[in-house]
Amino acid sequence: MENTKKKEQPTTHKIGIYLWIWTLLFVLSFFSYMVDWFQFQGMLRWSLILTFMFLKAGLIMAFFMHLFWERYALVNVLLWPMTAIACFIFLMVAEFKYTAFSRLFYFVVGGV
Amino acid sequence: MSDPKIEGYNFKPGFKGMAADTGSDQTMFKGVHWGKAMMWIFLLSDTFIFSCFLISYMKGRGSTLVDWPNPSEVFALHVGGADVPLLLIAIMTFVLITSSGTMALAVKYGYERNRKMCGWLILATALGGLIFVGMQAFEWSKLIHEGVRPWENPFGAKQFGSFFFMITGFHGTHVSIGVIFLSIYAYKTFAGHYDEGKRGWFTTMKGDYVEIEILGLYWHFVDLVWVFIFAFFYLW
Repeated sequence: MENTKKKEQPTTHKIGIYLWIWTLLFVLSFFSYMVDWFQFQGMLRWSLILTFMFLKAGLIMAFFMHLFWERYALVNVLLWPMTAIACFIFLMVAEFKYTAFSRLFYFVVGGV
Repeated sequence: MSDPKIEGYNFKPGFKGMAADTGSDQTMFKGVHWGKAMMWIFLLSDTFIFSCFLISYMKGRGSTLVDWPNPSEVFALHVGGADVPLLLIAIMTFVLITSSGTMALAVKYGYERNRKMCGWLILATALGGLIFVGMQAFEWSKLIHEGVRPWENPFGAKQFGSFFFMITGFHGTHVSIGVIFLSIYAYKTFAGHYDEGKRGWFTTMKGDYVEIEILGLYWHFVDLVWVFIFAFFYLW
């Protein structure tokens, strides 16, 4: 890291952008609490929860964790492994459906 | 933050820049402090741990035929003669977001060499974390009094307790460790270690405000994980 040693004051961002993101996070959290408050059910509930969750996560990572301003070399090293987690989720969804199905099946049919 | 210039290296933006950075036979994360790169890689591994917890929770909840306890009722607080659903959890969420905001500002003021402001904001962040852990302890003891155990609970599927204690416990541990480090860094900031470039305890590296940003990454990650726990465990 010899070549990064050169001292130079990093530029900072205006305070306004942090306050904006902060406010947005509060508003989004309030909305996701409202999802529970009004007892939305089914697809509406799940899609709202996921939307607010991803928006909040994106805002935190992009602006509070500065990923928006980082080099793509770093950003991509961090984000591509998430596809492995997505794969794992798909595998385990298939797995829990199968487990629930076989439990139900043998509860009805009985053991061998 | 933004990239300090490396002499003789031509920064290109976007994916072309990524290809050039990666294939330049030099350090890959150009202009990124090594501590920051290491913190990111640690956070990546931590992401996998929390993902495994949440995925196993999904698997457990999806495969049981017994009704899952309704989190909206289990985590309700009795206020003024009525049960308010998820009240404590909502307050915890707001406290954590508040502390995340103060941390982001602390990083900004640190880079602007505003020592006092940076220190106070770190202290405020630590206080937020402390309040969060306190409320979590309250929540745990309340549930334990109501008979929730890792192996059984009065509300429904038995798996509920083990997932609850494991996931929130692991997250609470992260918050607690964060509070400890925030306190240490607040002291170091007030003492001016980052202005003078004083060397740390375990390293010969000179102190610099980039350390505040690295600490901030950890703290924002804790908030990030809570976003997912809040969505999947408490709201779903």
